[in-house]
Amino acid sequence: MNIASFAPLAVVLPILGAALTFLLIRHSRAQRAVSIAILTVTLLLECWLLASVWEGGTAAVNIGGWMPPWGIVLVVDQFSSLMLVVSSAVSLAVLIYATGQGMADGDRDAPVSIFHPTYLILVAGVSNAFLSGDLFNLYVGFEILLTASYVLITLGGTGPRIRAGVTYVVVSVVSSVLFLIAIAMIYGATGTINMADLAIKLGDLDQGTRTLLHVMLLVAFGIKAAVFPLSFWLPDSYPTAPAPVTAVFAGLLTKVGVYAMVRTETLLFPGDALNAPLMVAALLTMVVGILGALAQSDIKRLLSFTLVSHIGYMVFGLAMSTVAGLGAAVFYVVHHITIQTSLFLVTGLIERRGGSSSMDRVAGLAKLSPVLGVLFFIPAMNLAGIPPFSGFLGKLGLLQAGIELGTPLAYALVIGGVLTSLLTLLAIARVWNRAFWRKPEDAEHPDPVLLAAPEDSATGDRAGRTNVTLLPRTMVGSTLGLVLFGVALTVFAGPLFKVADQSAHEMLDRSAYIHAVLGEDAPVPPVPSAVRPGQQQGGGK
Amino acid sequence: MSVNLTLLTVMGALYACGIYLILERSLTRVLLGLMLLANATNLLILATGGYAGLAPIFDKNTPAGDYSDPLPQALILTSIVISFAVTAFMLGIIYRTWVLARQDEIQDDAEDRRVAETPSFDAEDDSVIPVETSEFPLAMIGSDGAGLVDTPVGGGPGPGSGSSQGSGAAAVMSGDRPVRAEQAASEEQPGSLNVDPRPEGGGQ
Repeated sequence: MNIASFAPLAVVLPILGAALTFLLIRHSRAQRAVSIAILTVTLLLECWLLASVWEGGTAAVNIGGWMPPWGIVLVVDQFSSLMLVVSSAVSLAVLIYATGQGMADGDRDAPVSIFHPTYLILVAGVSNAFLSGDLFNLYVGFEILLTASYVLITLGGTGPRIRAGVTYVVVSVVSSVLFLIAIAMIYGATGTINMADLAIKLGDLDQGTRTLLHVMLLVAFGIKAAVFPLSFWLPDSYPTAPAPVTAVFAGLLTKVGVYAMVRTETLLFPGDALNAPLMVAALLTMVVGILGALAQSDIKRLLSFTLVSHIGYMVFGLAMSTVAGLGAAVFYVVHHITIQTSLFLVTGLIERRGGSSSMDRVAGLAKLSPVLGVLFFIPAMNLAGIPPFSGFLGKLGLLQAGIELGTPLAYALVIGGVLTSLLTLLAIARVWNRAFWRKPEDAEHPDPVLLAAPEDSATGDRAGRTNVTLLPRTMVGSTLGLVLFGVALTVFAGPLFKVADQSAHEMLDRSAYIHAVLGEDAPVPPVPSAVRPGQQQGGGK
Repeated sequence: MSVNLTLLTVMGALYACGIYLILERSLTRVLLGLMLLANATNLLILATGGYAGLAPIFDKNTPAGDYSDPLPQALILTSIVISFAVTAFMLGIIYRTWVLARQDEIQDDAEDRRVAETPSFDAEDDSVIPVETSEFPLAMIGSDGAGLVDTPVGGGPGPGSGSSQGSGAAAVMSGDRPVRAEQAASEEQPGSLNVDPRPEGGGQ
């Protein structure tokens, strides 16, 4: 009996919490208390899991006592437990923010009673996807989180949200169908869907079948992770949702796709078979995404485009399949979850204070609310990769790994990465200049709310209600907490990079994972491709 | 035993119709397309389970190869449940679209259209600044504002000369430093000279 056998609780607790909050649907105060308590306990449990995996190595739990490869297995390794901790921390901050917003608005504007159960189910789905050691269970995890996200993205059922929701639902369902087709094909080819078992058996297939299955999985996950050219849906659908929902989607959902891509590339299909196409996709994702961001005049849309663009960095790190590259990608995922979520939370606050998130309407915020300026400035600089923030460290790691790899394509990506970083700074600086430094009167269409509100008032009229607290302490506090978490990633970047590198090493090695699931005497097949110069260099570090 | 060709043909037809339908603009047809795709995939999973056999209920006298594979059926059950939930949700959304917009069509993203139609010229970023609006005059810094550098030369020795009346307004600004600073500050008022008065592209 070790600590890892408590891993299923990371999924079960939020689901039980969802059931409980559903029963408490008429008591919003109890609902809030339950959901925050459940997420806190889950977060503590996952910290404990991370610590135990750090000491004891990868562990697997057989659900229902069915032995692998027949039963469902949950695997806790360094990468998955790290992702669990970060995702739970971020979702807890967003939950506190959302309850703060609900309390300030008197819970009348949105059907908040539905929000809490759905949100907890979303968290359960994310945890299930991270823990799953079985392809079909991964699909179920995706479906749990997607179904919850369908409800959250159309919360309130207003016209724009329904329009955005349709795009989102249809694209997600199509990607899920692709994933399911890939699972069916993989089962047909190998007779198993256990990922550790697949790692052994997929190597025996002939090259053509392998490539087909590989491409199908990558396309399905690429849609979920918003990799260009499969990213078109994201900027259309994310910005209209309520601020906390957009924040948690931006932070977590695309990263679950990236996580699945990492597992596909390292565990199921190791080697460099599709590295070159992945690198090209990464380059296009970075550059096209950030060029899209520069054209936007709405802050939420701009941030959605930077989100797409920065997915490119993670795919770049993954596509190198060296320890240095993958380690930097893991670090970047952790950094980006935190930073992108905090930026969307701050944008929610901007919308509250200034009445709009459009840069044509909102202005002069630096004077209206200096706190907001600080809260925006730190993660914004972090995103753009200004030293000494973690964004800079992550990008530096990626660029170093790219130069170490030394292929022409890697150099092209290094140049693309630097360019994207600079353009991100430009996009962010535009937001700063327009929304924060410009006088309200200079805005193209200044928001009447903005002009009407006296500069030092803490309350105002919003959406037909008077005396709404503009910046409730809970909302500012949770945003501040997340921004500080982002700063802590910078301060503790050394240990974090060590964890990231070690988890990358473990993932590329594969033996720990396979042994944990199938027992110590399971054979670990060699990585198929023969010559990988970057691997040797990176592995020696 | 052989592969069930009927099932495979039906699967192919379902995929073809499904893909055709999800490319339509009508939401109901898109939903029908998604349902067909889900069912086609269920058939695919069934086909990957191998040949048909006995019901997978354990019996000591039956060799293992005679059973049909139970796992694909478990997978299909799960995926049926999931597609049921998604279909119900889509129906809700379609009904809501009908209530809100009285149409069963996918609508364009208005903000996306607006951004696409915005001209590349941005009044704030790209227009030439006609008058120096900084609180630190260029002449003081010694930069190359041609009109501003000229004015002190013409206006300095002979104040009030009639020929330099055109630049007189600028001379007032640059001649007297303290007054000028205030004026420069007041020049930053909205919509005056540093903002192109043309209507913004695609403002509506």
